Amino acid sequence: MSAVLHPTDAHGHHNEGHHHDHHPKPAGWRRWVYATNHKDIGTLYLLFSFCMLLVGGALAMLIRAELFQPGLQLMNPEMFNQLTTMHGLIMVFGAIMPAFVGVANWMIPLQIGASDMAFARMNNFSFWIMIPAAILLVSGFFMPGGAPAAGWTLYAPLTLQMGPSMDAGIFAMHLLGASSIMGSINIIVTILNMRAPGMTLMKMPMFCWTWLITAYLLIATMPVLAGAITMTLTDRHFGTTFFNPAGGGDPVMYQHIFWFFGHPEVYIMILPAFGIVSQVIPAFSRKKLFGYASMVYATASIAILSMIVWAHHMFATGMPVTGQLFFMYATMLISVPTGVKVFNWIATMWKGSMTFESAMLFAVGFLFVFTIGGFSGVILALSPIDIQLHGTYYVVAHFHYVLVAGSLFALFAGFYYWCPKWTGVMYNETRGKIHFWWSMISFNVAFFPMHFLGLAGMPRRYADYPVQFTDFNMLASIGAFAFGLAQVYFFFCVVIPAMRGKGAPVKVNNPWQDPDGKGAEGLEWEVACPAPFHTFENPPKLDATATKIIA
Amino acid sequence: MSTKSTSLYQKAAAALLAVYAGAAGAVTDLPGGPAVMQLNLDNPATRIASEQIWLHWVVMGICAVIAVIVFGAMFYAILKHRKSVGHQAQELPEPLWVEIGWTLVPFLIVVGMALPATKVMVAMKDTTNSDLTVKVTGYQWKWGYDYLRGEGEGLKYISTLDTAQRQMADNGTPAAQLPNDYLLKVDNPLVVPVDKKIRIITTANDVIHSFMVPAFGIKQDAIPGFVRDTWFRADKVGTYYGQCTELCGKEHAFMPIVVKVLSQADYSKWVVAEQKKAAALADDPNKVWAMPDLMVRGEKVYDSTCIACHQANGKGGGPIKPLDGSAKVLGCKALQMHVVLEGQNGAMPSWKQLSDTDLAAVVTFTKNHWSNKTGQIVQPAEFVAARAGKFPECSGSDAAAPAGATK
Repeated sequence: MSAVLHPTDAHGHHNEGHHHDHHPKPAGWRRWVYATNHKDIGTLYLLFSFCMLLVGGALAMLIRAELFQPGLQLMNPEMFNQLTTMHGLIMVFGAIMPAFVGVANWMIPLQIGASDMAFARMNNFSFWIMIPAAILLVSGFFMPGGAPAAGWTLYAPLTLQMGPSMDAGIFAMHLLGASSIMGSINIIVTILNMRAPGMTLMKMPMFCWTWLITAYLLIATMPVLAGAITMTLTDRHFGTTFFNPAGGGDPVMYQHIFWFFGHPEVYIMILPAFGIVSQVIPAFSRKKLFGYASMVYATASIAILSMIVWAHHMFATGMPVTGQLFFMYATMLISVPTGVKVFNWIATMWKGSMTFESAMLFAVGFLFVFTIGGFSGVILALSPIDIQLHGTYYVVAHFHYVLVAGSLFALFAGFYYWCPKWTGVMYNETRGKIHFWWSMISFNVAFFPMHFLGLAGMPRRYADYPVQFTDFNMLASIGAFAFGLAQVYFFFCVVIPAMRGKGAPVKVNNPWQDPDGKGAEGLEWEVACPAPFHTFENPPKLDATATKIIA
Repeated sequence: MSTKSTSLYQKAAAALLAVYAGAAGAVTDLPGGPAVMQLNLDNPATRIASEQIWLHWVVMGICAVIAVIVFGAMFYAILKHRKSVGHQAQELPEPLWVEIGWTLVPFLIVVGMALPATKVMVAMKDTTNSDLTVKVTGYQWKWGYDYLRGEGEGLKYISTLDTAQRQMADNGTPAAQLPNDYLLKVDNPLVVPVDKKIRIITTANDVIHSFMVPAFGIKQDAIPGFVRDTWFRADKVGTYYGQCTELCGKEHAFMPIVVKVLSQADYSKWVVAEQKKAAALADDPNKVWAMPDLMVRGEKVYDSTCIACHQANGKGGGPIKPLDGSAKVLGCKALQMHVVLEGQNGAMPSWKQLSDTDLAAVVTFTKNHWSNKTGQIVQPAEFVAARAGKFPECSGSDAAAPAGATK
């Protein structure tokens, strides 16, 4: 009953009697603060990330309000830089990453037939460490000199000019990084050691596969970020000059270290999204995922390639021509496995029997808009063109196409898909559809014109701009306000009612299955809705496909 | 709830469109800079920029074809293979050649795109055999141009955004009243001859900046402590505009780049005129100035160099320290001379690139403006000595600074 705010029938419909709780579980605040149950922790993660999405979104609204017309109407440029920086940091580290960890917490044990995550107490710690981190990060706005204003990439030596909030921000990112690493260890150990007998790796649901690979990426790269920001910290306070040329340091070295983390990071934020979409599309196409093995290999290839492309963020720093060419070729190669994934998804839809519930709408919307982001990615990969587009709104358009229409839409798809499992009630389908179309249209109104602004040469992180850029900026602002409102609507009209148990109760284990047995598959659909507090306390016996429990 | 929000949204959109209608109209395209509702890269003024546009079209074409195929299949399936039209799900065979095929074909397409891109990239990186070499230095927040080699060698000047336009930004001037070259007008543009290979060497004084001119197809970060280079050969006379493209602090949006491309004859004339002007302007650092002249000169320097941070009222703000009533400004001469020459706390940069006369003038100005009435005069000669390490000593009369002046 984990995601239900007021559980009235906590022991209502258990299909398997032996799953009853025999010891009292903590109630009230203790249930959440002392939480060790993967479902409760998953819920905490998801709520936390939604709060951060709203905070980061509010900052974005202020940014778009200032950019609605040329001239500085609402704020000074220093404040504007604080907003863009904090918007980026909060969305990346506070909203998208924790949201995927939340879904992982909820779904991985359910999908592999494990009773819980491997390290339940560490799981609790890795969530609760994020609260002080978020407070530290956001409180920068109230420190002398305001919040960090060096961009989310925190390039040196601009970071050396920041006020005390920079140190708070660095510490916050250390904490968030530690949380991510603990979460990753937990996920890897859970997946590798706690699968139900018969669930071999190559029978595992795609969401688990993508998260397994993502977790390795996180463990490989989060310490690199920690190193870069620690060096920034010692440069600021202890007289080291890693990035300060006056002492023999190199500002560009910071960028190399940052992007060695930063590029895998963008795949950390998109691979689990691929996983969710790979669950949702087959379920509503009433088919199996096309090319399962090639999907696994493509995910692994993307992860490996993502470690050798970092300097494509740095074409304008002036690398030797061989460096430019190497990173251009490596980057273009990533489009190959990504293309394979897109083809496999479409082949899954092909000859299916599709229905378009909200989850499927968001998954197909993801496929459409993410692919557009992929095209702009290929264009940016070509370094001669990137020299024109680097640092302009084209890049802003590109990464919002893959991070908002990619990661966020996939998270929405995941929410609608698993909402009955989480809450035991069916969300309101009409409202879900309104949420989708409203988001989809306003997203494109907000971000598509940014391609044109970038081509015309409007630099990003600008508080003010030449008058010729006015039209598209106004359009983008209107779209952004509408997109922001859509998410408020989603929270109050879809999420809150579902969590309060409003809506049609789901009486079956698998609401996404037709009478003929086609539809969603997987072990999470073998337990009741909502999922009982404890599931799979004894390892289930699985059928040959590892999607059904036979005893 | 949903309908209410939608209607609110519609009202808001209507109001915004009304503002928009008022804003548009006056604005027209800026030749060499952005155009209204521009949909593609800038009109090229160099061969490299033309090649970039061509490459962009090729890749856009390939992406468009792929998009038509991929989205075509997707939307066909969405329309035809849906339950509501009675389509039954059929599992497809998964022969290996399918997966190999749609790995290999994109790979070949990617190779096909990489080949022409490589050619352009190699050409862009070839900065040898230039006719003119200009060092571009990024400052917070202006550009410095030094003619290092070629015709005009020895010229150097600073290029700053038009002060009136910066004021318009702060005043939130409505778009309709903004000039066509809003945020793109500078006092001293970079001037180069047409059809000559110009090598640009970039570096920076404080943080990373980036030198971009879209019409030339160039963008090169200016990195403190390091030099990087790029090049262009403009094939059309005209004025071309760009902006700083690497976040460099508060005034990032207010340090435009303007390049004037002149015919060879006009360029030669310009060089001669500039060299004469420079010779005439060169201040004798040993001249002894009177207070009123130094104040007039100092105000000019303050307005172009200091005002962005310290403000017209000398009060600064946030991390920017006030000058009005500051202990260091009111204290003995050496205190403030150290600050302007060496910078302070990482926030105040060093201004040693200014001339001795400018430094003496601006220090004298701040010491005797607003409520500061020290009566102290700093002469250029004192800066000459200070650069050699000999600062004026804090004598009794000078050191009337309040306690804590060394803070």
